[in-house]
Amino acid sequence: MTLSSKRALLRLAGWSTLAATAALVGCGKNEEAAPAPQAQASAASAPAPKPEPLKIAFAYVGPVGDGGWTFAHDNARKALQAHFGDKIQTSFVEKVPEGADAERVFRDMVSQGNKLIFGTTFGYMEPMLKVAADNPNVKFEHATGYKRAANMNTYDSRTYEGAYMAGVVAGAMTKTKTLGIVGSIPIPEVIRNIDSFTLGAQSVNPHVKVRVVWVNDWFNPPKETEAAQSLINGGADVLFQNTDSSAVLQTAAKNKKYAFGWDSDMSAYAPEAHLASSVINWAPYYIQTTQDVLDGKWVGNKASWWGVKEGAIDLVSISDKVPAETKAKIDQIKAGLKDGSFSIWKGPIVSNAGKEELKKDEVADDKFLGGINFYVKGVEGKVPGGK
Amino acid sequence: MHSFALLIAATLNAGTVLAIAGLGLLINERAGIVNLGAEGMMLVAAIAGFATAVHTGSDWLGFGAGALAGALLAAAFGVLVIWLNTNQYASGLALSLFGAGFSAFAGINYTQQKLSERGQFHVPGLADIPFVGPALFREHPMVYITIALTAALAWFLYRSRAGLVLRAVGESPESAHALGYPVRRIRMAAVVAGGALCGVAGAYLSVIYTPLWVEGMVAGKGWIALALTTFATWRPARVLLGAYLFGGVTMLQFYLQGRGVEIPSQFLSMLPYLATIVVLVAISRNAIWIRANMPASLGKPFFPGS
Repeated sequence: MTLSSKRALLRLAGWSTLAATAALVGCGKNEEAAPAPQAQASAASAPAPKPEPLKIAFAYVGPVGDGGWTFAHDNARKALQAHFGDKIQTSFVEKVPEGADAERVFRDMVSQGNKLIFGTTFGYMEPMLKVAADNPNVKFEHATGYKRAANMNTYDSRTYEGAYMAGVVAGAMTKTKTLGIVGSIPIPEVIRNIDSFTLGAQSVNPHVKVRVVWVNDWFNPPKETEAAQSLINGGADVLFQNTDSSAVLQTAAKNKKYAFGWDSDMSAYAPEAHLASSVINWAPYYIQTTQDVLDGKWVGNKASWWGVKEGAIDLVSISDKVPAETKAKIDQIKAGLKDGSFSIWKGPIVSNAGKEELKKDEVADDKFLGGINFYVKGVEGKVPGGK
Repeated sequence: MHSFALLIAATLNAGTVLAIAGLGLLINERAGIVNLGAEGMMLVAAIAGFATAVHTGSDWLGFGAGALAGALLAAAFGVLVIWLNTNQYASGLALSLFGAGFSAFAGINYTQQKLSERGQFHVPGLADIPFVGPALFREHPMVYITIALTAALAWFLYRSRAGLVLRAVGESPESAHALGYPVRRIRMAAVVAGGALCGVAGAYLSVIYTPLWVEGMVAGKGWIALALTTFATWRPARVLLGAYLFGGVTMLQFYLQGRGVEIPSQFLSMLPYLATIVVLVAISRNAIWIRANMPASLGKPFFPGS
């Protein structure tokens, strides 16, 4: 009896481990999307000897329905297809796991005749680099990375500009002078967004405090909900997030507080609580890149970092609750970013440990922005793993 | 003091999803069936509940749809493992993977949908008591229903004749069979009831807790609920306490972070899982606890002819 029940328990434990492993593998499974319907269209238009359409493939890390990061990329893909019509033929594969599986997907895309391939997450960097080295006649574009090659470029968007503008709105709307941020993973990009949000809020409300709670995940709605609730319970009345779902916004709505949309326009999820959405529009970059390829002007080893100036970042769907003067200020900021007369990261900027990171009137260059690993004054606590 | 009250409230809310699913799985396991498909059932129920709530505007119909979805999947699982004698663990895993894929497929058009904004619920008369009100009496009715359900299940298992039969089926199906009880039908009923509860838990998640649908939103809570039943040595009240403990540790990590406690957030994220392992080890070391409570025929198929 004892022995058999012990054995049963051991077996249970063994199966549970297996279950967990299988679940992980299961999560990472990749569902190949059907090729875009344009395939039929181009096949049907056989009579006129048209040039072969340029085949373009996209690899996404999430499902196109995430309502945030991947959704924004796929909207841009659709805009790209609409812009060039039958001159190009786009397709995508969603939920491609970062790492070795991605390499297989890229090789597949190459073998299907795609001549331009976009990879939309940081973790595709090494696999893409490998596949690029083997296929010099295919052009690769990698989002958010830093390694390049003769046939591989990197591109990114200045999300911190959206974070800054959201901060301006938050600073104008807070009554408790306490703002809360649900952070995803403490990497420079996210810390830069937290700092920029804080700088924006301080530009209209100098004594505002910012609290950060990390969930260590890009996409985990229940955890995001819990983190948002804890910030609200701690006195924050305007929330901001660098995670990918609308959970934070909806938690704010439930508590009659305010929050923002991130990456995509999230106003529809919680109209009462939604103050504005900081959106990324990848379409201008995709259109420009495709145009370059069509014109034979595409060059490798290039890094692009687009923001408000290029139409890649915007603050949209600003709520009616936001005062007109704040809206006017947002318009000023956008205009300033466009003509280069305004810089978000301009000294004096002091870290919350009291160190002067930028001297008066010193403007941060992209290298500085790429390595931010400190909280600015006004953010509580320490950067995880930082000094 | 007020923020402590809110921590308690958030803990109750976070623990409720785990408790409902854990109680459902406890019914299964008391009848001798391990259903590793909890995660999949919760996911399918989450989309079923969410879609129903979107179309009808009623949260309670959403719960009903979630329960129905969970029960249907569990019934399919039951037919496989009880009548066709397939391996319970393999079938459960298959159910879990199927649920994840199917819910994603069924939910394609619901990722952009929204429910009406959720308000707070108040228990009349009690919600305004200082400290106690905000801590305990401003929760969704489902939180209180879960507590009542725990008591009802404990009564059923230990005080009712039907509960005794259910436990007998889990301990020694041969004996129960010899006494003339329809072992397979009883196991089937337990599996369906357990699936329905997992379904309610999934619907609570997508309709109330995080009112939206996104792929994979259950995010491992089904697996935690499975661990909870062992954690609780198959006792309903301990499932509830375990769920609150787990919910509490989950919430605590955010509270500590929000208060600037100098612990790496990655470590805090690990805490709930660490707590589970520590308690599991502590319980497993005590052979009497395990032997006294673990259904002796857990996970074993039953052949009426043998």
